[in-house]
Amino acid sequence: MTFTPHTDEQEQRMLAALGLADADELFAHIPKAARLAEPLDVAAGISELEVMRYVEDLGRQNRGGLVCFAGGGVYDHHLPPVVRSLTMRPEFVTSYTPYQSEVAQGVLQALFEYQSMVATITGLPVANASLYDGASAGIEAVNLALVETGRDTVWVSRGLHPHTRQVIATFAHARGVTIIEHPLEDGRTAWSREAAGPPAALVFGQPNYLGIIEEYDAAVTLADDLGALTAASVDPMLLGILRTPGDAGCDIAFAEGQPLGNPLSFGGPVVGIFAVAERLMRRIPGRLSGETVDREGRRAYTLTLRTREQDIRREKASSNICTNQTLNAVAAAIHLAWLGPDGLAEVGRQSSHKARYLRGRLLDLPGVSAISDAAYGREFGVVLPVDASTAVTSMADRGYLAGIPLDRDYPEYRNGLLVAVTEKRSRQELDGFADALGEVIADG
Amino acid sequence: MAEPGGRATSTPLMGGSPEPTLIELSVPGRRAWSFPPLDVPADDPGLPEAANSLPALPEVSERDLVAHFTRLAHRNFAVDLGAYPLGSCTMKYNPKVCDWAAEHGGFRDLHPAAPPELTQGALRVLLETESILCAITGMTRATFQPPAGAAGELTGLLIMRAYHESQGRNPTKILIPDSAHGTNPASVTLAGYRAVQVPSDDRGMVDLEALRAAVDEDVAGFMLTNPNTLGLFEVDVIEMARAIHDVDGLVYYDGANLNAILGVARPGDMGFDIVHSNLHKTFATPHGGGGPGAGPVAVVKHLVRFLPGPLPVDRDGVLGWEMPPDSVGRVHGNHGNFLVVLRALTYMRLLGAEGLREVAERSVLNARYLASLVGERYPIPYDAPPMHEFVASAAALKKATGVRAMDVAKALLDRGFHAPTVYFPLIVEEALMLEPTETESPETIEALADALNEIAALAAEDAAHVQASPHKTPVSRPDDALAARKPKLTW
Repeated sequence: MTFTPHTDEQEQRMLAALGLADADELFAHIPKAARLAEPLDVAAGISELEVMRYVEDLGRQNRGGLVCFAGGGVYDHHLPPVVRSLTMRPEFVTSYTPYQSEVAQGVLQALFEYQSMVATITGLPVANASLYDGASAGIEAVNLALVETGRDTVWVSRGLHPHTRQVIATFAHARGVTIIEHPLEDGRTAWSREAAGPPAALVFGQPNYLGIIEEYDAAVTLADDLGALTAASVDPMLLGILRTPGDAGCDIAFAEGQPLGNPLSFGGPVVGIFAVAERLMRRIPGRLSGETVDREGRRAYTLTLRTREQDIRREKASSNICTNQTLNAVAAAIHLAWLGPDGLAEVGRQSSHKARYLRGRLLDLPGVSAISDAAYGREFGVVLPVDASTAVTSMADRGYLAGIPLDRDYPEYRNGLLVAVTEKRSRQELDGFADALGEVIADG
Repeated sequence: MAEPGGRATSTPLMGGSPEPTLIELSVPGRRAWSFPPLDVPADDPGLPEAANSLPALPEVSERDLVAHFTRLAHRNFAVDLGAYPLGSCTMKYNPKVCDWAAEHGGFRDLHPAAPPELTQGALRVLLETESILCAITGMTRATFQPPAGAAGELTGLLIMRAYHESQGRNPTKILIPDSAHGTNPASVTLAGYRAVQVPSDDRGMVDLEALRAAVDEDVAGFMLTNPNTLGLFEVDVIEMARAIHDVDGLVYYDGANLNAILGVARPGDMGFDIVHSNLHKTFATPHGGGGPGAGPVAVVKHLVRFLPGPLPVDRDGVLGWEMPPDSVGRVHGNHGNFLVVLRALTYMRLLGAEGLREVAERSVLNARYLASLVGERYPIPYDAPPMHEFVASAAALKKATGVRAMDVAKALLDRGFHAPTVYFPLIVEEALMLEPTETESPETIEALADALNEIAALAAEDAAHVQASPHKTPVSRPDDALAARKPKLTW
């Protein structure tokens, strides 16, 4: 296939206009030692129909159609078709970062609305126009806190998503930052005031990775005493029923934003949500769309506070983010507006009620116990009487993606399985799941 | 009757009156959502941190939503509407079958935590894309975790650090050309290194002698885009790589401009050790208004053990995940922007070896053709032949008429084209960086050149009119200073 429009005659005409005999001459100035002598070792091109068959064949090699009970930041919510319908419009899909604001008012206003709605649900006044994912939002929270406090130690809850902790560790190492992990007690963070510090930030999940609801005040009060920032990783779909991080006094809220408007997508592209307190406005990473007026006095939007950014401050910038996840952020904005205030609360309410029902049914199975009795949102851990990874495989044969085994990230929860529930799961699916898990356990 | 090959410049439907915000459209009690009734007992969840009130989100109908976002779409320029010669960004047309692939249920509905035995197809996508990408770049293995080019840069620098640490060394400097993208120095700082700029010479290329003078035992590595940000091929690249390798430094290829050399030259053969590639620019993912993209990083054999992980592996036909022995760790919460990788694979398979080379040929042909048509009015300050893009200067125009590069850019918007990149790279005065890309036809390039030349001619006659551009867009010259002085970031 080709996607270039030139006819042979046109190519010849253009080459002749440039005084060149053939296309190879376009590259004549490249030193021979740097030039490929042979064609690329890549298979020959194929037609559109063939490539569609190829992709379909690859897709069939996945085990599809499983009813999803896996979470860990990426959740199987109802995705309203209107979100895809609007975000597939070419004007959103095939535009670039809105550098020329006159012809980018659409995406600039959509990002302004995204920022506004993220600020609303997090209870914090300033949100950026998105980051890559929840984990990258986590490292940006750490970077911001390091610069703001001038400190080089960060306290991280063991309940923070393991992948986010790993990403933070990867980047922190290069900058000589010390990460102190605070343990869990009965599933909740036991902040130790005596840990090495003073910390730049306390970073935790709300709910944490195990689905358990942390005590905001414990973290915020301690951080205030220590002159540290509080950064909470939240579940956006629970913000209609849970206290907002802003209301709780947190300085930074961040989130894996996938549940808002984005399909599971094997985990990417997703979107990182990021919001901060007013005083941190000029330190927030990434793009910001701001309202202003044009020279006729008409309301207009433009990328703003750009002096913080890598293209202006270069090596002095505190973040290198450039391209972000604009299209995913637009999807999140549309989904949030579709839900509205009571729709977002309904998602949280239904998810948590259904989680309670399923957890009750699972705890009735022989040999199944809870990892904690602490209050939880819509995700919970159970300990199985069989190996959790093996159980996940057996459950797949029965049509379910059963959850995420906890053993690898939390060896202390041996045979632990993290189970997530959304508003999308019907009672029939919940009962079917419990029955199937009962069979798997009975089979040993 | 119209002539065949007629010019279709694109003046999009830009919408007239301002569009209210969603909160202004909101009517209390209106709603779009519907869910089935709760079908389990409503136990009190007993949430210790329960919300006090509902979030103040807009209340709109689905019809309100559709009309609002459709009107917003009308206020946005895009590749699918017309030529978008935004230099360095590679805004080319992307085949729709790649969108189809990314919408495919076999991948769209796949959870990232599903065990490998349930996701063999997705692992196969990663391995097949990696194999093609390595053939194109001349590298050994790649990670797809970095979700953007800048994330790839930072990942590459972390690999450099891990390599030097494994040698018991701790060099502190990274060399970068003065024409580099702003993300390069920012990434250097975040990787815990110090950026040292190397000047360009009067050819517009890295000054080889200045580079040699800057190289010492404290140099961890060198970052280079080739073709560089002036659109010029760095002809001394092999000597540069040698100078860095002589002090055991590593050479990093910023793949922003990889499309210009597909099938023509490989970074691996030029001496690069680490390569990031912007899948969205080179391998057909539309840019989504500024993302998502993907910035996979590929490395030579002796650096594979430092790659972020886990990496997909093939164990006798059964695919799984494996952490490289000295991995820098994880750089993404999941597996990177997987659907962007799937789009790239679809595109690479469609084009094949000959199609990929054609991308390079036609992108260079178009850029050089455009340069030949506008070079008289907008001189190109370096006389090396440009590759897929070129940087012209409006400095002479400014001197003669007072019309600046930004005015030219705005006047172009009125003529149905997106503007070029302006004022970058910083080393060219009144820079206009034009990248027509390979998917524009000669008719479109000629129309673009005519528009640019017409603006220059008009500037000589009526500079004020050009300086008042744009005239046809919904808004004109938003007050950026006001936006920064009194930030209004939410409704």
